[in-house]
Amino acid sequence: MKLVSRYIERDGTGRVALIPENPEDMWHAYNLISHGDTIRASTIRKVQTESATGSSSSSRVRTMLTVEVETIDFDTQACVLRLKGRNVEENPYVKMGAYHTVDIEPNRKFSLTKACWDIVALERIDMACDPSQNADVAAVIMHEGLANVCLVTGAMTLVRAKIDVTIPRKRKGSTSQHEKGLQKFYDTVLQAILRHVNFEVTRCILLASPGFVKDHFFEYMMQWASKNDNRVLIDNKSKFLLIHASSGFKHSLKEVLADPAVTSRMADTKAMAEVKALENFYAVLQTEPSRAFYGLKHVLKANEGQAIDTLLVSDNLFRSQSVEERKTYVKLVESVRDNGGTTRIFSSLHVSGEQLTQLTGVAAVLRFPMPELEEEPLDSDEDS
Amino acid sequence: MARHRNIRTMNYDEEYDGYDDVYGHSVEDDYASSPSMQHFLYDRSQEHQMSAYMQSDIPEEDELVSDESKSGNDVGVPSRIPPLGELEQAQLYSCLDLLRDRMGDALSEQAGIDAILACNFDAEKALDQLLKTSVASTLSKSTKSIIKPKPAPSIQVEKIRGSEVRDGKTPVKVVSAKKVVATGFSLPPTGTDASSSADRQPAKQESAVEETSRQLGCLQTPGATPRSTSPADREATPSATPKSQSRTRENRVDVASEYVKERSGTKALLNLVVVGHVDAGKSTLMGHMLFRLGQVSSKQMHKYEQESKKLGKQSFMYAWVLDETGEERSRGITMDVAQSQFETETKSITLLDAPGHRDFIPNMIFGAAQADVALLVVDATTGEFETGFESGGQTREHALLVRSLGVSQLGVVVNKLDMVGWSRDRFNEIVARLGAFLKQAGYKEQDVFYVPVSGLTGENLTALDEPKLTEWYSGPTLLQAIDKFRPPERPLNRPVRLVISDIFKSVGGSSGCCLAGRLESGMMQTGDKLLIMPLNEIIQIKNIAINEVSKGSCFAGDQVVLTVSGADLSDVSLGSVLCDPSQPIKVTSRIEARIVIFNIDIPITKGYPVVIHYQSLSEAATISKLIAQIHKSTGEVVRKRPRCLTKQTSGLVEIEISRPICMELYKDYRELGRFMIRANGTTIAAGLVTGIL
Ligand SMILES: Nc1nc2c(ncn2[C@@H]2O[C@H](COP(=O)(O)OP(=O)(O)OP(=O)(O)O)[C@@H](O)[C@H]2O)c(=O)[nH]1
Ligand SMILES: [Mg+2]
Repeated sequence: MKLVSRYIERDGTGRVALIPENPEDMWHAYNLISHGDTIRASTIRKVQTESATGSSSSSRVRTMLTVEVETIDFDTQACVLRLKGRNVEENPYVKMGAYHTVDIEPNRKFSLTKACWDIVALERIDMACDPSQNADVAAVIMHEGLANVCLVTGAMTLVRAKIDVTIPRKRKGSTSQHEKGLQKFYDTVLQAILRHVNFEVTRCILLASPGFVKDHFFEYMMQWASKNDNRVLIDNKSKFLLIHASSGFKHSLKEVLADPAVTSRMADTKAMAEVKALENFYAVLQTEPSRAFYGLKHVLKANEGQAIDTLLVSDNLFRSQSVEERKTYVKLVESVRDNGGTTRIFSSLHVSGEQLTQLTGVAAVLRFPMPELEEEPLDSDEDS
Repeated sequence: MARHRNIRTMNYDEEYDGYDDVYGHSVEDDYASSPSMQHFLYDRSQEHQMSAYMQSDIPEEDELVSDESKSGNDVGVPSRIPPLGELEQAQLYSCLDLLRDRMGDALSEQAGIDAILACNFDAEKALDQLLKTSVASTLSKSTKSIIKPKPAPSIQVEKIRGSEVRDGKTPVKVVSAKKVVATGFSLPPTGTDASSSADRQPAKQESAVEETSRQLGCLQTPGATPRSTSPADREATPSATPKSQSRTRENRVDVASEYVKERSGTKALLNLVVVGHVDAGKSTLMGHMLFRLGQVSSKQMHKYEQESKKLGKQSFMYAWVLDETGEERSRGITMDVAQSQFETETKSITLLDAPGHRDFIPNMIFGAAQADVALLVVDATTGEFETGFESGGQTREHALLVRSLGVSQLGVVVNKLDMVGWSRDRFNEIVARLGAFLKQAGYKEQDVFYVPVSGLTGENLTALDEPKLTEWYSGPTLLQAIDKFRPPERPLNRPVRLVISDIFKSVGGSSGCCLAGRLESGMMQTGDKLLIMPLNEIIQIKNIAINEVSKGSCFAGDQVVLTVSGADLSDVSLGSVLCDPSQPIKVTSRIEARIVIFNIDIPITKGYPVVIHYQSLSEAATISKLIAQIHKSTGEVVRKRPRCLTKQTSGLVEIEISRPICMELYKDYRELGRFMIRANGTTIAAGLVTGIL
C-alpha cells in the first residue's frame, strides 16, 4: 500500500489517502474501513440521459464520489472490497443521499475520513505500507486424496485450490486401481500448483504431508517436469521444501509453519509469529492455568489487575459493526500497552487466527497467576 | 424433552446456515472459504447478500416442508398436546417413539398422541388400538405406507434436490428432518443422565454379554409383540400392520430364519484386526500364517522370495503377501489395511492387517473400527519392545484405540522371540508390563491372552516345534488361540447400515461400480434397493461378493463388495452409508459427544481444531463448545462450562464437523456412535455420539 497523504488532528479526526497495490492491500483496506467512515474514491456510475426527443439512453461515467459507508463486503478469494453507502458530497451525476456501491480498485487512490483514528487503525496503515511484510510462501498440505494449495502472505492465508478425491484402496491381488487413482490425484495437484503458484514472487513452496505422500508427489512432479520439459518447475526445484504434517487438512499448516526447517529457511513472518504466540498460550494454559485466560470477561478482569503480559486479539473484533465493541477492544489494546504488556493482533485469515477467533477472539497470558478468575464462570455469550 | 418437538418444527434453513461447502465430490478448485471466514464475510452487514460472489442457496426449503406435511407426517406442524407434567410428557414421547418404531412414519404424531393418552400411556394398548381402528385411515392418508419397493415420497423429493445440487454445483443444506424424527429419541437428549452415561464410557468395560443381550432384545422378546424396529419383524407380526410398509425388497424374508438357512453349519465369522508398533512384524506374522494355511501357494511364495531378494528386502517376503503396493514393498512399511481371509477350526476369520507407522493411524483406525477382536503384536527384541511401549511408540496408542473402538477381546502376540533365544524371562517381563497397562486401558484380564511366536521362522503359528520354546511353553498355538475368540452377536434385526470404505470400478467388463464395506447391521439381498446417504439416492444391489465369491445375501458383520447400479456414484465419498430407505441414517455436521481424553500435552479448549476419525472417514472438525467436565467413572458433572479439558479427564462437548457426515447415536448403534479425535498427529480423545444437533 502506498501512503499518499495523512492529516490527522489531535482529537483523532482526520483523513488518509492510500493507493492499494496488491490483493493483500485490499485486505488491509477492509480492516481499516468501518461503518460510518466516509470514503472518497473514483467509481463508475451508470447515468440515464433523456434526449430532446424523449428517448432515454444510459451511459457509464467515471467520477469521484464521496460516500458514507454502510456496508462493507470483502471477497477473500477474489480480494475484492466493495463498499456501499449514501452519497454525501455534491456530484453532477449522483444526487445527495443516493446509494452507491464503490469497488476499491488496485492502483487507484482512495481517501478515508474517520471520526476517530485509533491506534489499531494507525498501526494497520503502518503494517500495510511496510514492504518487508511482503513475503509470499505457497504451501501444499496433503494426504492421500486431499490437498489444499494455499498461499501464505504477510496477513493472509488463502486456499487457492482444494482437491478432494476418493482413491480406491489396495485390494487383495490388485493394486492397479489404487495406483491409477493416486497418479490422477497427483496430476490434479500438480496442475493446481502450476495454475495458482506464481513462481516469480513465491520464495518458497512447502510440500507437507504425513507419510511419504510428499516425497512420492515431489518425485512424480519432477519426473513430469523433465518429461514435459517444464522449465518453471525445473528451475524452481530448489524452492520446494518437504515438511511433515499430520494430515492434509488446512489447519495442519500450523504444524508446518512451526517446523524448524521452515523457520530456519524463512525470516519470521507474521503467520509464524502468530502460531508461536498461540502455542505459548496453550502451553501456559496446560502448565499454569491460572496464568492463561480467554474470553472478553476474563481478559478484561485480568487487565484491570494490570496482569496481562501478552494479549492476543483476532482482527475480526476490530471489524465489528458496533462502534462500542470496537472501542472496547481498542481500549484494551491501549491499556495493555500502557501497562507494559505486548499485544498481538492476529489475522483472522491465518490458521492460528482462525483458531483464536473460535476461541472467543481474545486471550491473554498473565504476568502473575490470578486463580480467583478461574472460579468465575465464562460469559454466556462466549458459549455461543 | 423440549428438543423432541423442536426438531419437528425446526427451521432447517436457519439450522444449517453458514454451511456453504459442497460435499461428497471431487473438487478441483473449491473456492469455498473456511467457516470462520464466512463469519466475518457477513458480520458487518447481515442483510446484505454478496450474491455477486457467494453462491446463493437453493430456495426450496418451503417446497420440501409443504411436501412433507402433505405426506401426513406433521413435520413442521406442532401437535396438539394437552398440558402434561414433565414426567407424563416424557412417558408420552417414549411411548410415541415405541409406536413409531413399530409403525414407522406412517403414524401421524397426533394420532399417536391421542391413542397414548386414551390408553393411559400404555404403549402396547395404544398400538393395538391404533392398528385395529386406524389401519384403513392410516393407509389412505399416508401415501408413504403403501408404496411398494419404490422409494418413499420424501426420498423422491430429496432425490431431486440431490441431482440439482450436482448439476448446478450449488451448495446444499442437508435436510434430514425426517431422519431425525423417524428414529426417535428414547432417551433424554441431553445425554447427561447418570443411568445411561455409564455405558457411554468406552474405557469402562461393558461386557459382551450386556451388549449381546441388548441386541438380542430385538430377537427374543416373547410373544406376538416383536420389539424390533426392522421391517422384517414387522412382517412377522400377525396384526394388521400394513404389509408392504417401508419395504426394501418385494418379498421380505424373516432375517433370523434366513440367517439360519444361509449360515447354519458354516463357521462363525470373526473380523480380526492386527495392530502394533511399526515393524513389530504384523505383516510377516500374518503373511506367514496365510502361507502355512495354504492361502498362499508355494509358487506365489517363491515369487515373493525372488522378487524381494532383488530389492534387497528378503526379510519382508512374508510381509509381501499383505503389503501389495509398490510403495509398501519398496519401503518395507504397511500403509493401508490389507484384508485377507483364513479359517481356524471353528471360525472363519476376516483378517485386517493394519499399518503400524504413526502417520498411517487414520488407516489403522479404519481397520480397527471394523474389527470384532484384535491381535496386538509386540517385538520381543531387546530395546524394541521398550521403544514401542514407551510414549511416542504405537503399542499403547493402538491398544487404547482398539479398546475405544469397542474391541474387548485382545490377543497379545509376543513376536520375534527367535531374537532373544526364546527367553522365558523376556516373555514374562513383557506379559507383566503389558498386563498392567492393558488392565488400565480397560481390558479385562480374562479377555486377554498372550502367545509367544516368531513370525519369521513360523514358530508357534500353526504348530509348536522349537525345543527351546516347548521347554517352558505348552499353551495354544496362535491359530488355536484365535479360534478361542468369542464371536460377537450381530445386530441382524436392525435397519441396514453399511459404511462405505472403498469405491472402485468393477473389474471384468461390466460397467458397474463397486462399493466395499462392512455390513454393520441387518441383512442385504441382491435386488435390494437401498438409500445412499448423504447423497440421498436410491441404488440397487446387482451383486454381493464375500471374499470374491458371489452370494445372494449378506448379514451384519460381513465384509462385502457390492456391485450396484441406479445412481451416479461419482459423488459418493468414503464414509457414505448405505441404509434402509425407510429408516435412513442421520446426517449432521454438529454433534454432541462424550469424550474421554488421553494423555495429552495441550489442553482442549473451545475452538480447538481437530480431525475426527469415524469409520472409514477422517474429517476436519472443531471443538465448538465445552459443555461440561464429567467424572470419569460416575459420569457426574464435575464442572459446567469448563475453560479447558486437560489430560485424563472426560467431558461433554459439542463438535462442529467441516461438512455433514452420516452418524448415529451411540445408544442406537454402538459401533456407529464411536469416533476418535486426533490433533497434531496424536490421538487425543475417544468419543461417543450422545446427540445429533
Ligand atoms: N527375527 C525376526 N524378524 C522378524 C520377525 N517378524 C518380523 N520380522 C522382521 O521385522 C521386519 C518388519 O516386519 P513387518 O512384517 O513388515 O512389520 P509390520 O509390523 O507389518 O510393519 P508395519 O506394517 O510397517 O507397521 C521385517 O524385516 C521382518 O523380517 C520375527 O519373528 N523374527
Ligand atoms: Mg505391516
